[in-house]
Amino acid sequence: MDSFLYILALAGIKLGIVFTLVLLAAAALVYLERRIAGIIQDRLGPNRTGPFGLLQPFADVTKLLMKEDIVPEAANKKIHGIAPIITLGVAFVVYAVIPFGDYILINGEKIYMGLATAPDINIGILFILAMTSVGIYGITLAGWSSNNKYSLIGGLRSAAQMVSYEIAMGLALVGVVMLTGSFGLSDIVRHQDGWLWNIFTQPLGFIIFLTASFAEMNRTPFDLPEADAELVGGYNTEYSGMKFGMFFLAEYANMATSSAIIALVYLGGWTLPVPAETLGLEDGSVLLGLAQFVTFIVKIFAMTIFIIWVRWSIPRFRYDQLMHLGWKILLPLGLINLVLTAVGIKIFA
Amino acid sequence: MLTDFGIILLFLIISVLFVGAGLVTAALLRPSRPNPVKNSTYECGEHPWGGSWVRFNPRFYVIALVFLVFDVELVLLFPWAVVFKDLGWFAFLAMLVFFAVLVVGLAYDWAKGYLEWDKPSPQTPKLEDLVLPKKIFHKQQKDS
Repeated sequence: MDSFLYILALAGIKLGIVFTLVLLAAAALVYLERRIAGIIQDRLGPNRTGPFGLLQPFADVTKLLMKEDIVPEAANKKIHGIAPIITLGVAFVVYAVIPFGDYILINGEKIYMGLATAPDINIGILFILAMTSVGIYGITLAGWSSNNKYSLIGGLRSAAQMVSYEIAMGLALVGVVMLTGSFGLSDIVRHQDGWLWNIFTQPLGFIIFLTASFAEMNRTPFDLPEADAELVGGYNTEYSGMKFGMFFLAEYANMATSSAIIALVYLGGWTLPVPAETLGLEDGSVLLGLAQFVTFIVKIFAMTIFIIWVRWSIPRFRYDQLMHLGWKILLPLGLINLVLTAVGIKIFA
Repeated sequence: MLTDFGIILLFLIISVLFVGAGLVTAALLRPSRPNPVKNSTYECGEHPWGGSWVRFNPRFYVIALVFLVFDVELVLLFPWAVVFKDLGWFAFLAMLVFFAVLVVGLAYDWAKGYLEWDKPSPQTPKLEDLVLPKKIFHKQQKDS
């Protein structure tokens, strides 16, 4: 069973499932965002393409595919082309370490619901932190290579912003790692079984992490890199056609990723609200796996709807306010959270 | 054997291929009619003024430097956090000393003003400045 082909086939099947899921999630989020924006602003939103406008994201993709790709004369054409690939590639690759559930037993063999979440890889959180750092390159290179004032300033802003909030994000995560004693996302989820969610044990850390992930996603109230009122489109001013579509897709894929990470780390991930025994589900059965998967997806969608809700209700920060919040409020709070967690663990455990 | 990192690499390659395939499909479908005006740098419909290598706030560099220091310290925190439960009070105290160094660094940056950003200082126009004195107004009327 341990043949190379078998493992490759298993990885291939998982890859296909994860890819489809990510693309579907991005499409669903584009639709959800536009409809929810419509509801909040007291208008309809897209409702003509297919039933309830459900086919709108596909119409969008078709439109973007058919649009002319304008590369400005002054741009550095190679880097201009590579930047969207980096951004979207990184947005996808994070899903490799996200567990969508525990394991399923098929023919007495444990198959983990996730690409690379088996017990011997225990660096889920580190991998995600590293990948978000690489994501900064995509946006900064896009801004620099366009050779446009707005793009350059947008790229610089986003680099400074993401770098500032990454520290607060990391500090919040250290608290969770201390509680669990592992970097593995599956271990963190198992540690929260039975309503012992980290949001209850780490409320301060949760608030810091949530704020920092808004900043990492470049979304309102932290969407200064693309502040339309002052920077036209920010780092993607000079992008059009499918390359713009890549940035667009990456934004929504990142939104789904952030929601998934928040759900995994703070909201109990795929742990069921009631013990599996009460439901009569066997450990490792396909039904239990399905139940875990559905629980996880529901949590992700609740989180994304919250993110969309925030975007359409809260105005944008000013840049000095953004830096003030990141360095002078969240960073000290993160340090306090860390010391409190350490003392708490030493006293109670 | 394909390890988990191998799977991640596979996933990375496939995602880049997928993105590339998207771009190639678009290249086959889309029209391509460039002209000099279309390909000029966008500047809200005006003629681009000067180069795009504008001077920007040097604080971006300072933020990058401050980030570097804190990020390295954060990296040192992670291994400690994983084994924290099994360590005694001594490890905790040792880390408190490390924290103290971190906090001193933060306080230094703060006191030196490296974390300050230019705040806009809006100038509210006064009514007196807006309204012309009667004398000047009448003079202007006569002159014109």
